[in-house]
Amino acid sequence: MLGRTASGLFWMSRYLERSENTARLIDAGFHLALTRPSEAAPDEWASVLSTSGADEAYKAKYDGYEGLNVVDFLLRDTTNPGSVLSMMHMARENARQVRTALTREAFEATNEAWMTLRDLLAKPVKERDLPSALNMIRQQSALVRGAIHGTMLRNDVYNFLRIGTFLERADNTARILDVKYYVLLPSVAYVGAALDNVQWEKILRAVSAHRAYRWLNGEGVTARGISEFLILDRQFPRSLAFSVAKVTENLNHLARDYGDRPESLVHAESMSAMFDRQTITAITEIGLHGFLREFIRDHYGLAGTIASDYRFHE
Amino acid sequence: MSTEQTYFDEMLGFDETARSPYANYDAWFQAEDVKRLRRKATEAEASFRKTGITFNVYGESEAAERLIPFDIVPRIISGREWDRLSKGIEQRVRALNAFLYDIYHNQEIIKAGRIPAELIANNDAFLPEMIGVTPPGGVYTHIVGTDIVSTGENDFFVLEDNARTPSGVSYMLENRETMLQMFPELFSQIKVREVAGYPRSLRRSLAATRPPAANSSDAAVIAVLTPGMYNSAFYEHAFLADQMGAELVEGHDLRVVDGRIAMRTTQGYKAIDVLYRRVDDEYLDRLTFNPQSALGVAGIMDVYRAGGITIANAPGSGIADDKAVYSYMPEIVEFYTGEAALLKNVPTWRCSDPQALQYVLDNLASLVVKEVHGSGGYGMLVGPTASKREISTFATKLKARPGNYIAQPTLSLSTVPIFTRAGLAPRHVDLRPYVLVSPDKVTITPSGLTRVALKKGSLVVNSSQGGGTKDTWVLED
Repeated sequence: MLGRTASGLFWMSRYLERSENTARLIDAGFHLALTRPSEAAPDEWASVLSTSGADEAYKAKYDGYEGLNVVDFLLRDTTNPGSVLSMMHMARENARQVRTALTREAFEATNEAWMTLRDLLAKPVKERDLPSALNMIRQQSALVRGAIHGTMLRNDVYNFLRIGTFLERADNTARILDVKYYVLLPSVAYVGAALDNVQWEKILRAVSAHRAYRWLNGEGVTARGISEFLILDRQFPRSLAFSVAKVTENLNHLARDYGDRPESLVHAESMSAMFDRQTITAITEIGLHGFLREFIRDHYGLAGTIASDYRFHE
Repeated sequence: MSTEQTYFDEMLGFDETARSPYANYDAWFQAEDVKRLRRKATEAEASFRKTGITFNVYGESEAAERLIPFDIVPRIISGREWDRLSKGIEQRVRALNAFLYDIYHNQEIIKAGRIPAELIANNDAFLPEMIGVTPPGGVYTHIVGTDIVSTGENDFFVLEDNARTPSGVSYMLENRETMLQMFPELFSQIKVREVAGYPRSLRRSLAATRPPAANSSDAAVIAVLTPGMYNSAFYEHAFLADQMGAELVEGHDLRVVDGRIAMRTTQGYKAIDVLYRRVDDEYLDRLTFNPQSALGVAGIMDVYRAGGITIANAPGSGIADDKAVYSYMPEIVEFYTGEAALLKNVPTWRCSDPQALQYVLDNLASLVVKEVHGSGGYGMLVGPTASKREISTFATKLKARPGNYIAQPTLSLSTVPIFTRAGLAPRHVDLRPYVLVSPDKVTITPSGLTRVALKKGSLVVNSSQGGGTKDTWVLED
């Protein structure tokens, strides 16, 4: 496989994952804005923007955090490279670039997702249409994922797609936690202290975990419990530990197929091993913010090593 | 045109009864519900969009991805007509390859006085870098698209020999696929010759010309070189690579490694045996040709000359589809095959000849004038549909550089009906069959790309000028 193709597959799946995550983030912000006193809403929208890394760009364009402006900026503003529309466009451009590596079903699902969302987001989305629009975005992502899952050979092509997906996902979960760490922070230290339930609802909602969490933890919602769930849970498919394990697994498949043991695999394995040993108590001692910052930096380095090991660029 | 002219319609002939190749189709069509057909036409378009068979138009924003309109009425050719036509094409393509070998070696045809030396010497498409170079397997034009027009029953003319990088074959294959999806019942009633084997034949044919440096115990490593995803034919490049199981590469994926052209893979550099390039000669090697080019591979010409890679089509093949050379094709065919050409050339005036130039200037209103190196329907004059002003502007250009032009009579191109809101309506068509040349044989896929001028009365079928396409059926008979 060409190094450029591996890169295209990696980025195609990163963009797909990121656009879905952004939609989920908007959904959580929107939900919160509807259920909170209106004076709290601007802060929430600001934190949504900063999680998405779009805060600066937004402020250059708008004054104040008005809900519909934020939604528009994150959903369909083509000057924002992190908007759902921009990212779906990039996902599709990458898919075109690597279409010889994709099955027809996988390419067509991506192409159709792009065409559907382009039409859906051609005009500003009205408040009353927002839930169904966000739903449509999630649905299209699911169709693409289903087409990939159901038709692709489990070879290097598939592994690069998966690596992109899980790297992006872990990054996203870490950012959500990090932007909200101050909400969790005071209470992480106090085992069992109950949390502002709207805040935790939002965090869990942003990673589609509100139901999963309740299933596993009943009504015992604590900051510590949430942190542990999103960082260390081995069953939740958006936790850091889960995503890192998946990246390691896919790098291992590649190494087996290619018959080598590159630096990126060694790196990922040491990250996995760290999660195996890690406890929420230890993380609390390091400090949640410090832990997440370190994770994000380390993880970014892993992405770079993968790119050089597999010759994404000359 | 002021007077109503009658054209040969391939479905109805010169009267109103279906010709025999169309008899079964006509019967089916008559029994069809027009509303259902309209729905099918819309479905076809949606399916092309979904597959992403779009092309980008130069000078328009990338959002302007266009579809080449597809017409649901097939163009049907009887097996007998086809067999005769393909014999003529094969003869012509063999002659073209012999001609290319000759002009890059001993130039016997010039010594024999059959073509003038200036035709080659002063021609931009002639590459001095290829003098004395014999491509692997002796094949120059691995892939040829011979443009054919018809004016009546069994009356075929060759309009152009596309010997550089003929495009459109993906449309031939996708059009058939779409017809099979939309009208399966037609294909069980009417036996149509297969086209789906094309990618396999292409692969086999390219592999048969692997270079001396290739490791002959492994399968040939084939790659398709594309200028990139913003090229108008990118879909086709990706499609062919995919269908052949070849890599789709861009210039920046390639470099010279140990005397071979190698591509950067996830596991290091890997040598390529055969490069099916969809990049023009000029951009192939910035060390040899255009120094600005980022599309090719620096140093590929040296590797090629040393037998390290096969380039398809061979650099310098373009001279064979030069329109001035075209005008000598009857002589060329006879010189190399010892037989009279089976397919007719369209009578052609070479404007470099003062007498011909005078004739052309006097008759511009009834002629088609083309640039010698032009393609895609650009830079040409269609006399009968041009305004007085267009004709006089063109005359000035013609007088300034007569050697740059040839002229041909306006042919009464045949028509095939298209499906319109008002029912079937005749439109002018041409045909581009795809020819594969390997060292031991010539393979012609029984079909081709039928291009159709969608505008009533128009004779220009190019997709860049409002043309569409049709599925082309060759019957099993």
